[in-house]
Amino acid sequence: MQSSCDVTVRRIPGAVVLELRGELNAAATDLLLPTYREAVRDGNPQSVLLDFAQVDYINSTGIALVVGVLAQARAEGRTIVACGLSEHYREIFAITRLSDFMQMFGDVDAALVDISRA
Amino acid sequence: MTDRTPETSASAASPARWRPSRRRRGAAVDPSPAAAPAVRPDFDLDIAPNDPLIGYCEQVAGAIDVDGLELDSAAVRALRARGTKLVVPLITQGELIGLLALGQRLSERDYSVDDRQLLDTLAGHAAPALRVGQLVRQQEAALVSRERLEQELRVAQLIQQQFLPKTLPDLPSWHIAAFYRPARTVGGDFYDFITLPDGRVFIVVGDVTDKGVPAALVMASTHSLLRSCAAQLVSPSAVLQHVNDLLYDEIPAHMFVTCLALVLDPATGVVTYANAGHDLPYVRTDTGVIELRATGMPLGLMPAMTYEEKVAVLQPGDSMLLHSDGLAEAHAPDREMFGFPRLMKLVEASPGGEALIDVVLAEHSRFIGAGAEQEDDITLVTLQRNISAEYGGEAAETVLEDFELPSQPGNEREAMERIAIAVRGLALSARTLDRLKTAVAETTMNAIEHGNRNSPDVPVHITVVGTPEFVAVTITDEGGLAADAPSPAAPDLDAKLAGLQTPRGWGLFLIKNMVDDVTVDTQGSRHSVRLTVRLDDAASSEASNAEQL
Repeated sequence: MQSSCDVTVRRIPGAVVLELRGELNAAATDLLLPTYREAVRDGNPQSVLLDFAQVDYINSTGIALVVGVLAQARAEGRTIVACGLSEHYREIFAITRLSDFMQMFGDVDAALVDISRA
Repeated sequence: MTDRTPETSASAASPARWRPSRRRRGAAVDPSPAAAPAVRPDFDLDIAPNDPLIGYCEQVAGAIDVDGLELDSAAVRALRARGTKLVVPLITQGELIGLLALGQRLSERDYSVDDRQLLDTLAGHAAPALRVGQLVRQQEAALVSRERLEQELRVAQLIQQQFLPKTLPDLPSWHIAAFYRPARTVGGDFYDFITLPDGRVFIVVGDVTDKGVPAALVMASTHSLLRSCAAQLVSPSAVLQHVNDLLYDEIPAHMFVTCLALVLDPATGVVTYANAGHDLPYVRTDTGVIELRATGMPLGLMPAMTYEEKVAVLQPGDSMLLHSDGLAEAHAPDREMFGFPRLMKLVEASPGGEALIDVVLAEHSRFIGAGAEQEDDITLVTLQRNISAEYGGEAAETVLEDFELPSQPGNEREAMERIAIAVRGLALSARTLDRLKTAVAETTMNAIEHGNRNSPDVPVHITVVGTPEFVAVTITDEGGLAADAPSPAAPDLDAKLAGLQTPRGWGLFLIKNMVDDVTVDTQGSRHSVRLTVRLDDAASSEASNAEQL
């Protein structure tokens, strides 16, 4: 299966942003968690922002991948912030209760404003 | 008289107590055999009602030499084993009520004629006094036990009534009726209605084994557990599974609860149900009465049980009866049982509702006979879907799209797009459409992966139909009931984050939460899942129709 997802890592002081693009499904299995690990290796960022603004499809396998990253981050004492989810996926994050464990923002800028205030 | 020793008098003053027992078998012989030759100062002797010693004593007035008796009697053997030499029957109004039992005289001589006369006189005076004492004691015991029983019944009834719903749900296009009548001994029947936030109604009918206060308490606890998780879990099988696990830790051994749980969607008539060993509900349809079967063990018997969940649709004009075993297991005077076939015929002959309840109760009274006491609680709940103008006849389903996809991972995206095109122009909000698309994608993924096992040459078949009220998408694979189908257990995010559950397992959960109804059908190797969503203005048009009626 061709990989239909890619991730760009952007570092800012105290936080790291994972910009996701494409489809979050089984194809991203070997991508999301390794990229997360790589991204937090340097600088020990307190917050990790997942930017879903350019993701057009998340299926149940994609949800499982997000759960995996969230579990890893919690074990390390890091906060996961979800940005740019569509209305529909915000609803799915609420139904699955993922939103109980991560803050949700309309976009990365709003999330960064909130983080800098804290 | 001079040679009578105080010791023998003492033994005469200790009558062997004969307990008038109802036992049919031999007398209880004292476990220690004739090791001690002397009579013990006090011992209990149970004499069976058919022991020949009783008849012998009632005929032969006066003291009897035990060694001289030629009776095949367990009681005599027991007396001999105890070293008893002489018995003096205590008889009043011709009935033997006890025995004076005397052992060997200390002088080792036989009892004299004088001794025997004295003992006879003593027995003649003692017998009526002893009888009065026995009667008083029996009466006191009966009174205490009757008072305790009645107190217990009052408590059980109070608990029971506390938990029955005070009002019935008022649903447009539906008529709901319920009836509960406790037996004098109060069983543990219960029923309940919980209106869910989305307008569906959770309905439960249950029966606790045992009677009285213990059953009422278990009923109360089951009722609370059901209430507390019905609102969160929604799926009847998940509710039963959860309550079973909680109840298993609490319930006394050898008690359990049978329970039928269902969720009714009043808008579509879709009933999702699961059954924990309860009597099967009946549905009266155009073509006859059907039983709704779903397998599952009663609650509280074994931990970690799963419950089959099934779906039925009540069409306009259909009616459903939920009932407890107090009815079908009622007995006629000749011990014939009321039985399920009889109940089924009554369901078939009545349109449902109060009319059905009346007919069933009348038949029950006639069957058990005039003045007979009801053996067990009777609970009846009926659901009737009204025939409305809107639903006159079968609402025709229009096929909007029908296609096949090769079983290759990723093809669920194509299914989503084709569904979106097929339902264009229908009254579906963007939100409802997104939800339907996600459910279609997840179901198609399951069909590709678990049903057809990623074999590209085995297609997934997808059909879209519409009516003025709803859109339904049916997704069919060739895997039958695939052995590796994902577990229907609800995913628990806390457990997943704690590493106690795999992060996966969200597919079915998403499907169930995205659409108004999911039905599953397996015919041979063909396994179909039908996803239904209501059109966004269906609810309001139904309401206006109800007003016209």
